[in-house]
Amino acid sequence: MKTATFKVWRGNSDGGDFQSYEVELDHGYVVLDAIHQIQAEQANDMAVRWNCKAGKCGSCSAEVNGQPRLMCMTRCDDLDLDKPVTVEPMRTFPVIKDLVTDVSWNYEVKASIAKFAPKPSDQDDGTWYMEQYDVERPQEFRKCIECFLCQDVCHVLRDHHMHDEFAGPRHFVYTANMEMNPIDVGDRVVSLRDELGLGYCNITKCCTKVCPEGIAITDNAIIPLKERVVDRSYDPIAALISMVKGG
Amino acid sequence: MPSKVTALPVKRTFGQTMRDDAWWVQPVIVFIGFSAFIVYSTWAAFQGVNYMSGNLLSPFYSPEIWGSSHHAMIQADGPPGWWPGFMPYSPAFLILWAPVSFRLTCYYYRGAYYKAFWADPINCSVGEPRNSYLGERHLPLIVQNLHRYTIPFAFLLLVFLTHDAWKALWFEVEGVGGEEFGVSIGTIVLTLNVIFLSSYTFGCHSIRHLAGGAIDVLSRRPVRKVAYDCITCLNKRHMMFAWMSLIWVGFTDVYVRMCAMGIWVDWRLF
Repeated sequence: MKTATFKVWRGNSDGGDFQSYEVELDHGYVVLDAIHQIQAEQANDMAVRWNCKAGKCGSCSAEVNGQPRLMCMTRCDDLDLDKPVTVEPMRTFPVIKDLVTDVSWNYEVKASIAKFAPKPSDQDDGTWYMEQYDVERPQEFRKCIECFLCQDVCHVLRDHHMHDEFAGPRHFVYTANMEMNPIDVGDRVVSLRDELGLGYCNITKCCTKVCPEGIAITDNAIIPLKERVVDRSYDPIAALISMVKGG
Repeated sequence: MPSKVTALPVKRTFGQTMRDDAWWVQPVIVFIGFSAFIVYSTWAAFQGVNYMSGNLLSPFYSPEIWGSSHHAMIQADGPPGWWPGFMPYSPAFLILWAPVSFRLTCYYYRGAYYKAFWADPINCSVGEPRNSYLGERHLPLIVQNLHRYTIPFAFLLLVFLTHDAWKALWFEVEGVGGEEFGVSIGTIVLTLNVIFLSSYTFGCHSIRHLAGGAIDVLSRRPVRKVAYDCITCLNKRHMMFAWMSLIWVGFTDVYVRMCAMGIWVDWRLF
């Protein structure tokens, strides 16, 4: 058992500050365990969103020592416990209370993106024939648990507050999942350029670094989508070929 | 369509963060590394001398399109007639724009120098110095989208550098004339340069897209599928090869220059 100091941000949309709590850590504690212990023993009114405690629901996203993390997947013995551990809510979304933020903006953006549009079935039973090789690319994106840590760390949203012009990495992963699907016939490339603001991404790879599912967001979703936008909008030769082909 | 979000936390000021790690180390290393290369390569390009030694030619000067050495395609003592008189001339000036434009618009380098040189952001979850932001959606950075147009030149340079490595295998037989096969330290340096540069170039995100990334059903295109898989393999290590090739191409010039100046001897292994 080791005693550690946790500085937890307490407040609401009007403001707040860090408050210190001493926690007796048991073996194998994760940060969410410590927060639950504080909630149970010292601050019954502390708000924290959580659900599965297994890194699969994406609910307990927060910033631990300034790094966007899932609290349930951040082991206390991986942290320097000789110094206070800071826990604060995600900074890209409005605070509701304490560690809980309002992430509803993400659902609005997602709803605005053109939905999956499968081509007509090519099998007698109404299904489609697909090679596993071809579905592996979109399958990587389906691992996303919508924790929104990538949105939190993205400086276009976090530091420039461009929520009205930029959809953020989570939605590029969502769009890539459909754009690269072998049976999808939808076209979201112009929307990526104009409405979703893909061009604002300057490839810092911060989103990739914080993804708890290990999705190569920048290399496998964002850059390939940028290249598809280039095909359509910035590459005169590709545009000419497309025109000749009647695309 | 994204919409405005209000009541967001106050933006942090430049360098402000709750991170407790040494977040500044990475941008400082990148800044020093890139700056050192830029300063050295600019100095080396302006020299116009000591860029070849026997069968070795510096990659900063390859291909030597117009120059005075025996490696030159067009042998001449001075600059081409159309070269502006007020500008200094070096054979490097005719070719260095090609690798510079390829690296400057490379996806890895973009992310790295936006952080290290423009602090946009200086590192993840660290406050920025500016409020305004244009990204790569507006001028000037929208031109980064033309990265793919630099690829043919990068390929062409690899052909010339491979030819240089081949030439580094053949040594003049003194007093007899003709050439004989052999390997020197310089041969190995030039060969490694081609290997590192090829690994970096063929791991390019745009080449990956052109090879197969643009196609959703790649399984029916066996040749492009193999190309895509190979490029993906290199692409996963793009950052590593970007640094290895950058450091090694600089070292290759240093090696050839030192041999040309007589400070180092190009030891022949056999």
